[in-house]
Amino acid sequence: MAEIDIRRVGKTYGKTVIMQGVDLTIRSGEFLVILGPSGCGKSSLLRMIAGLEEISSGEITIAGQAVNHLEPRERGCAMVFQNYALYPHMTVAENIGYALKVAGVAKAQRLARVTDVAQSVGLSEFLDRRPGQLSGGQRQRVAMARAIIREPKVFLFDEPLSNLDAKLRVQMRHEIRRIHNRIGATSVFVTHDQHEGMTLADRLVVMNKGTIEQIGTPEDIYERPASTYVAGFIGSPAMNLLPGRLSDDRRAVVLESGPRIDLPGPATGLNPGALVQMGFRPEKASLTAPGRGTIEARFDFVEELGAGRVYHLRIEDIPVSLHSEAKMKLAEGASIGLDLGHQNLHLFDGQTGRRVPLSVEMPQLAPTA
Amino acid sequence: MIERTPWLNLATHLILILGLVMILLPIWLTFVAASHDLQTVNTAPVEFWPGPYLLDNLRTAWVESDFGPKFVNSLIVATGVVIGKITLACITAFALVFFNFRGRMLIFWMIFITLMLPLEIRIVPTYAVAANALSPFQTLLDVTGITWAVQTLSGLQIALEWNLLNSYTGLILPLVATATGTFLYRQFFLTVPDELVEAARMDGAGPLRFLWDTLIPLSKTNIAALATIMFVYAWNQYLWPLLVVTDRAAYGVVVVQLSDLVPDNLTTGGGTPNWHIAMAATLMVMLPPIAIVIFMQRWFVRGLINTDK
Ligand SMILES: Nc1ncnc2c1ncn2[C@@H]1O[C@H](COP(=O)(O)OP(=O)(O)OP(=O)(O)O)[C@@H](O)[C@H]1O
Ligand SMILES: [Mg+2]
Repeated sequence: MAEIDIRRVGKTYGKTVIMQGVDLTIRSGEFLVILGPSGCGKSSLLRMIAGLEEISSGEITIAGQAVNHLEPRERGCAMVFQNYALYPHMTVAENIGYALKVAGVAKAQRLARVTDVAQSVGLSEFLDRRPGQLSGGQRQRVAMARAIIREPKVFLFDEPLSNLDAKLRVQMRHEIRRIHNRIGATSVFVTHDQHEGMTLADRLVVMNKGTIEQIGTPEDIYERPASTYVAGFIGSPAMNLLPGRLSDDRRAVVLESGPRIDLPGPATGLNPGALVQMGFRPEKASLTAPGRGTIEARFDFVEELGAGRVYHLRIEDIPVSLHSEAKMKLAEGASIGLDLGHQNLHLFDGQTGRRVPLSVEMPQLAPTA
Repeated sequence: MIERTPWLNLATHLILILGLVMILLPIWLTFVAASHDLQTVNTAPVEFWPGPYLLDNLRTAWVESDFGPKFVNSLIVATGVVIGKITLACITAFALVFFNFRGRMLIFWMIFITLMLPLEIRIVPTYAVAANALSPFQTLLDVTGITWAVQTLSGLQIALEWNLLNSYTGLILPLVATATGTFLYRQFFLTVPDELVEAARMDGAGPLRFLWDTLIPLSKTNIAALATIMFVYAWNQYLWPLLVVTDRAAYGVVVVQLSDLVPDNLTTGGGTPNWHIAMAATLMVMLPPIAIVIFMQRWFVRGLINTDK
């Protein structure tokens, strides 16, 4: 158990700056997920915590101790890699017990620990096999066991599930969460899969091009995305964004296409007439008869999901999507009404992309900050 | 696409057989010649079938050339070269691939350049160094004036000397200092995934531990290949042992000894063309490399079949 404090950390490769001024405190024992698209610097951040990558600027402390100049083995972290990185010439038992062997633990004791840990991840029958003779899921378990056996203060995961098929991925996800709950070590999990992130995380960090876009609980991030970037990244399908201007009384948005849409509260932070983006979640809006909703749209096509459908529509020329369980037969180009759900509207600054708080939100924001 | 027609099959087989004959025929002729007596060997046309004197000829050749100690010498040299070469190649490649230090590429290219300077080309300077392995340092001291300074100050004459002539060290070292093995290892080390290196670091293994616990076990087949090549290479050396060893009785190797048995203008001036004895000796000298190749072949095959690399 250890708190990890990341203070103004930056990373440069040669002259390229890939990360700048990252501030993040990871609480002791929490499961933190770092989410972001490919190349945003998730792995780099994780590897700086692990000690595999030099920290170019700033400071990282683990359990109060600055680790900038400590070797990986001195930091008390264990890591699970994307490609498992098992030693191909060692048996499963040797793979799991290698860290103990290096640490000089006596053979009998080592064997006992290996047997224990192998049992806890369901590998007992495979101890004599080589990694090459295991399935992907079993290899993943070996990698987990290898990390668990060291009883680390910190668990680091770099997209450990991305090489597994969908079903196994869900299964391993649950297993990782179960192990975390049992051991209680601080876990940092890197992924670009939002489902993985949302389901595993106590708190979620959304990264974008080497900076942190938002930190919060999965619920926070879904309900109150801090920027259009986060809004567009979380949720599937992503949040719909419509460009417009703030009305004179700041209580509505006048869309470029003409209609005026009332906001749940006044946007006090912006000037009247400011450029804004109005967002609504596909699953929070609903279809109505033409002329009866907040806004008119035209039908494009529909995707069947089994549990519901995704309707693809156009508001003027802007494509939007809508998730609904209603089964409707619509002809292409047919006109239809959209009820946006007044309470579920989000407002973003049209210039900076940051969220604009609507005053009714204020009491909600306080406890999560 | 690999085409499979009867005619093509036949043609490929013919070519294969032709190649095999070209390789095996000289060996067969050696064997045949080794099993006849002096008259038969020296009468034309060449005999194609073995005669009854093989064991006699082998015995004569063995005794006449004093092969016992020579075989021991050759084995020592070849084994020394194999061990030295593998160790050197492994650690230099390790440093070049896994460490980021200043001048890494420079060192890499310097090693690369030695590929263009095999022992035969630099044999004279190498001999000079072998005569006194410390002579480069002596020269350095002389040129910088340190020798002179020390002599005038203390009256002591600095004379560094380490003679490698007539020694196993002298026979082995120059054959070890070549780049081939380093390249083999470098290529292999480059295929080792970064994650494996990092996993070892996370597990607390230092560089040497990683080398010993992971890289060396993974490169077993490489070691087998390199050992075979280097053994045969060292065993077959002729020019260098001929130069560096003057005390043949103590440090002579089989290949040089063998050349003494081969009748040429010098030896047959008044004597006899002892081709049958020379051929019998050749058979014996060929055996160890063949044995090594056959023995090591199992490792190659195992390495090729093992796919969990
Ligand atoms: N050794 C390196 N030298 C130069 N640039 C690098 C190096 N390693 C990473 N980068 C750059 O740093 C950025 C962040 O890389 P990083 O591996 O952290 O991304 P990531 O978020 O983990 O992406 P992915 O999801 O694809 O793994 C990328 O733009 C990458 O090109
Ligand atoms: Mg990555």
